[in-house]
Amino acid sequence: MQIKKAANKPLSLRRPAFDWSNVVLHFLLPLAGVLAALLIGAVMLIILKADPIAAYAAMVNGAVGSVSGITQSLVKATPLLLVGLGICIAFRANVINIGGEGQIILGALAATWFPLTFNTWPGWLLIPSTLIVGFVAGAIWGFVPGILKARLQVNEILSTIMMNSIAQQLMNLLLRGPLMDPSGIAAGTYLAQSARLPVQVWLPRLVPQTLLHAGAILAVVLAVLVYFFLWRTTIGYRIRAVGLNPDASRYSGINVPFYQALSMTLAGGFAGLAGAIEVIGVQHRLLEGVTSGYGFTGIVAALLGSLHPLGLIPASILFGGLLVGAAQMQRAVQVPSSLIDAILGLVVLFVSGSALWSRRWAARRNMGTEEEEKS
Amino acid sequence: MKDVISLGVLGGILTSMIRLATPFLYAAIGETFAQTSGVVNLGVDGIMLLSAYGAFYVALNTGNLWLALLTAAAIGLLMGLLMSFISVTLKAEQGISGIGLYMFGLGMSSLLFKITIGTVKTIDGFQPVRIPLLGDIPGIGPILFDHSLPVYGAFLLVPIAWWVLDKTTLGLKIKSVGQNPAAADSLGINVDRIRYFSVCLGAVLAGLAGASLSTALVDLFQDNLTAGQGFIAVALVYFGGWNPWGVMGGAFLFSIVNSIQLWMQVIGVKIPSDVAVMLPYLLTIAALMITVNRVRQPAALNKPFERGES
Amino acid sequence: MKNKSLLIFGLLLIALLVNACGTPAAAPAAQKQIKIAVIMPSATNDMAFSQSMWSALQSVQKDMGGESALQIAYTDNLFNVPDAAAAIRDYASKGFDIVIAHGSQYGSSVQDIAPDFPNTTFAWGTDVNTFGMKNVYAYTAAAEQGGYVNGVLAAKLTKSKIIGVTGPVEVGDAKTYIDGFVQGVASVDPTIKVNKTWTGSFSDVALMTAAAKTHIQAGADILTGSSQSVVGSIGAAKDAGNVLWFGTQADQASLAPNLVVASQVYDWTAMLKDMIAKRQAGTLGGTVYTLTLSNGGLKIAYNPGYNLPADVKAAGDAAIKGIQDGSITVNP
Repeated sequence: MQIKKAANKPLSLRRPAFDWSNVVLHFLLPLAGVLAALLIGAVMLIILKADPIAAYAAMVNGAVGSVSGITQSLVKATPLLLVGLGICIAFRANVINIGGEGQIILGALAATWFPLTFNTWPGWLLIPSTLIVGFVAGAIWGFVPGILKARLQVNEILSTIMMNSIAQQLMNLLLRGPLMDPSGIAAGTYLAQSARLPVQVWLPRLVPQTLLHAGAILAVVLAVLVYFFLWRTTIGYRIRAVGLNPDASRYSGINVPFYQALSMTLAGGFAGLAGAIEVIGVQHRLLEGVTSGYGFTGIVAALLGSLHPLGLIPASILFGGLLVGAAQMQRAVQVPSSLIDAILGLVVLFVSGSALWSRRWAARRNMGTEEEEKS
Repeated sequence: MKDVISLGVLGGILTSMIRLATPFLYAAIGETFAQTSGVVNLGVDGIMLLSAYGAFYVALNTGNLWLALLTAAAIGLLMGLLMSFISVTLKAEQGISGIGLYMFGLGMSSLLFKITIGTVKTIDGFQPVRIPLLGDIPGIGPILFDHSLPVYGAFLLVPIAWWVLDKTTLGLKIKSVGQNPAAADSLGINVDRIRYFSVCLGAVLAGLAGASLSTALVDLFQDNLTAGQGFIAVALVYFGGWNPWGVMGGAFLFSIVNSIQLWMQVIGVKIPSDVAVMLPYLLTIAALMITVNRVRQPAALNKPFERGES
Repeated sequence: MKNKSLLIFGLLLIALLVNACGTPAAAPAAQKQIKIAVIMPSATNDMAFSQSMWSALQSVQKDMGGESALQIAYTDNLFNVPDAAAAIRDYASKGFDIVIAHGSQYGSSVQDIAPDFPNTTFAWGTDVNTFGMKNVYAYTAAAEQGGYVNGVLAAKLTKSKIIGVTGPVEVGDAKTYIDGFVQGVASVDPTIKVNKTWTGSFSDVALMTAAAKTHIQAGADILTGSSQSVVGSIGAAKDAGNVLWFGTQADQASLAPNLVVASQVYDWTAMLKDMIAKRQAGTLGGTVYTLTLSNGGLKIAYNPGYNLPADVKAAGDAAIKGIQDGSITVNP
């Protein structure tokens, strides 16, 4: 309820009207937040005796200044978009999913095990089935907190935090056991990584010499599908109704716990898919640290995209670009990477803080056309 | 293996539990205040990290551990003000601002650590203080009453927090602001001010949680020292149903399972170590499943309050 | 008068500065500056894996005559593949001579990128695979060897006949070091109990501390372990006051000057110097380096602050010698 309000969506169950000035508003104010954070970052850069202008020039250049920069940004945006789609569905049902990290791990584990086991299957069969297996594995990891909430009132924040750690240990267990690369055992290095996946399961690369893979297109297609799912189907309508007003939904006969569990399951599925795509699209084997924090940054991307599947597409590209540009900046001016984390943290803080004004302005503009729903 | 369940072993497990529970208690009790007033602060881990660094830096350079605690509390306060400004005044989505605060604390603490200290160093932190008489009780005396002052502080905090929340007008105000901010507002309670207070108090306690790690329990600082303990602390608030005693129960459960699983590994129980490490997380969920926790969360949790909106 | 002297002083200062700046600028003409970029999974000050490479680079730089002879660029705390791939490609295209990917998770990226930059040397580890490419080095450390030596020393020193091992996750050199350690202990006295714990995390210092305290409670009088979180175990040993510590990856003596007996140190300097020399001679890669006790890449750093009995040290030295001449084999 409030989640949507905070993210500046008119709380109408109708399909949102497409309003370009609204879109501008959604992006200009967060952009101001980004600038404010970068300004503080500039001060920190000066203290570290680095040239802030060179640093930020490198940042912009790194993200959008070259084919390689743009493709990197898109590679980063892909898991953010997928995780964000799941977050979006869950938040629409008023369920908070901070279990993205664990769900990504499960998807990645499944997407490693499956092609290594069925390594003789041809690519046209192996790729889609691996993606489905990854989705299902993540969905199971989302289903558990979902059903615990629905049946036993176990708070989902608690269960997802715990399940993130459990997933991490599960990955440790499998990576030092059945999934460990046999060649690492033979060489006596015992590295925590799986064998390389069979070549036919690798997602095709879209631009040579870059990591950009077909998963990026799939993610955009899925974003459109999720949009139709949420606004054009009965299930989607009920998910949003449950999130908007659980009491009213209950009176009108909607099984509230069921739809909350369903939304959590779908959220897990999308995070699992993100993990699977990282494995077969980028890494080609399972490595520690496969989540890269996407379970959390995906939440940020989702909220920047106003919890709207289509808004998520530009939001995740922007956020991915920010991550890529920041990394480029670290290399250009040679500051510790932790400075980048600190600046990104400020960006997230300030952008979240900027939502108020954009919300107020939007509310003022929408007055008369759409009555803002009060909780 | 004959001494598997001897008294000494039990004592070791309990001592270890008390030490492991200390940072959780500070952080989770602090988060209880914030959440009772209606604000979810997911940035606890970031506050803990930056405060742990600050306390360690001061202790390393001045040798004054009390000044170190004060620094940690001050850093907590500043980060609490930042969090409340963004979440209460600017009414940001709390999940997102908390994650921002966490990223900032993580990055800033390791940046400052690298610039100002450079490498891992150790300090002589708070030493155990044996409480006279109580500490001499055979058996439980050394287990319960031979700890450093920040550990005692964490345990004193529980009844104090319970008393403040349940028995004082301040506690009543905090609760009403978290349950029904509009009604509280109409009664003349300054909703924003109470939320600022609660979030900042929570952040100060998170700061002390960090300091208890770096100056009393491990006596050093390192990148990502907390390793996600702040998130566990947030989870424990839900476990405890926004009640300090319940939160303590959760912290004890989590910590004792952790010290038991370590003990199981030491004596060579034949289960994979990874499964042993999973146990505290699994059992915390399981415990909540069987106890059927029907405590209603503060009705206005995670909702910014805008005057005249409802 | 006063003004004048100030002026002269100022001019002198400027002249000095100009001179100081000018000298190194002239030097590269004699010998081309080498540029090395390194990518690391944790911080350069982790007292463990990343620090071992970072210190080696610093010391090579010093030996070569400073920044003018060897320029070092770095990216730390980098553990995910797309970021690493971007960093590796970026450093290579910026004209760095040697790009070191200091983490086993970077292998696929090196394999993808190295063919695009045939004039750049890539080095990665720890692993033993150069992918058959002429411009790729791989490197690894036979951590089990130093583990064995530490185990021999520990077995000679333990009075309680119980030794505690605090590990992170049973993979990579954390595993091989500890396997070597156990073999070393058993070679002296198979009745000594070696208890092991794994915390499931490379960074959880608090849990590591608790694990070490549990070992001490169970009677261990000697501890060892691996990863950057073992600083917690060292702290626990220090608290106990009479529990000894054996380190690995970097020299950990500074953390408990009276209790650290010895550390196995990864010394990458010889390897780095060899890579640079080979590059200047026209060879860009193609070999695998393994740090061992024989080639001096692994060193046992005895802590001068700990008074090691002569017979124990002799046993340790004998173990080192045995591994060097092949009479002792340690299985990873």
